[in-house]
Amino acid sequence: MTNAARLISALADPTRRAVFERLKEGPRPVGEIASGLPVTRPAVSQHLKILKDAGLVADRSVGTRRIYYIDPKGLGAMRAWLDQFWEASLDAFKLAAEAEAKKTKKEEE
Amino acid sequence: MSTQIRPAPVLRSIFVNAPQAHAFEVFTSGIGSWWPKTHAIGDAELDKPVIEPRVGGRWYQLGIDGSECDIGKVLAWEPPSRLLLAWQLDPDWKFDANLVTEVEVTFMPEGEGTRVDLEHRNLERMGDRAEEMIEKVGSPGGWTAVLQLYSEASEK
Repeated sequence: MTNAARLISALADPTRRAVFERLKEGPRPVGEIASGLPVTRPAVSQHLKILKDAGLVADRSVGTRRIYYIDPKGLGAMRAWLDQFWEASLDAFKLAAEAEAKKTKKEEE
Repeated sequence: MSTQIRPAPVLRSIFVNAPQAHAFEVFTSGIGSWWPKTHAIGDAELDKPVIEPRVGGRWYQLGIDGSECDIGKVLAWEPPSRLLLAWQLDPDWKFDANLVTEVEVTFMPEGEGTRVDLEHRNLERMGDRAEEMIEKVGSPGGWTAVLQLYSEASEK
């Protein structure tokens, strides 16, 4: 799977997105992330692992606790987004350029 | 000590069934005909983006209400083969004069058409900004916009 595909699938799951959204408010331990979500703590840990593998989330130990936070240096999401953005834009550009070229050709004929 | 992660540049290529000069023309002065309308910055509804055809020219978005929002500027203007733009939008989709990421577009004749190569680089500079933003307590998450677009894209 490419990085972009991994990122997209990482955020495609609604629960995982909710987990990620929680972290936008600031660094949190698993317990805090899980409270209020309709899933078990091990399930949240599993989601965090996937987000971590995708480069969206990082963790650090504080005492005996593990704190999760959005990885600000990962930039993976931004890059993947731009990759998609340019892919879609260039496709649209190709269509526009070819439509214009066809029109010009017709006028010349 | 922290390790700076350098994201790879975004590389995209496309073959256009049109002559080189025409491809350059549509990419620049015709940008309004292909730029996705959904990617508007600022509050006004997007009319079209504009690239001023010269080095130092502005690259901005024109709203239907006549308002202008900067996207970046022209760093190199070499028709019909090369264009270098500065993309100065931060991860929160706001113009930042101090942030310069480069978008280089080259147009090479290939058969009867043109091969267009696009490279969006220096993305790690966005990282510096993103990090600053996230460190600012109370700043709305710089990732909100990205996340929003992500969920839309992934639901398609």
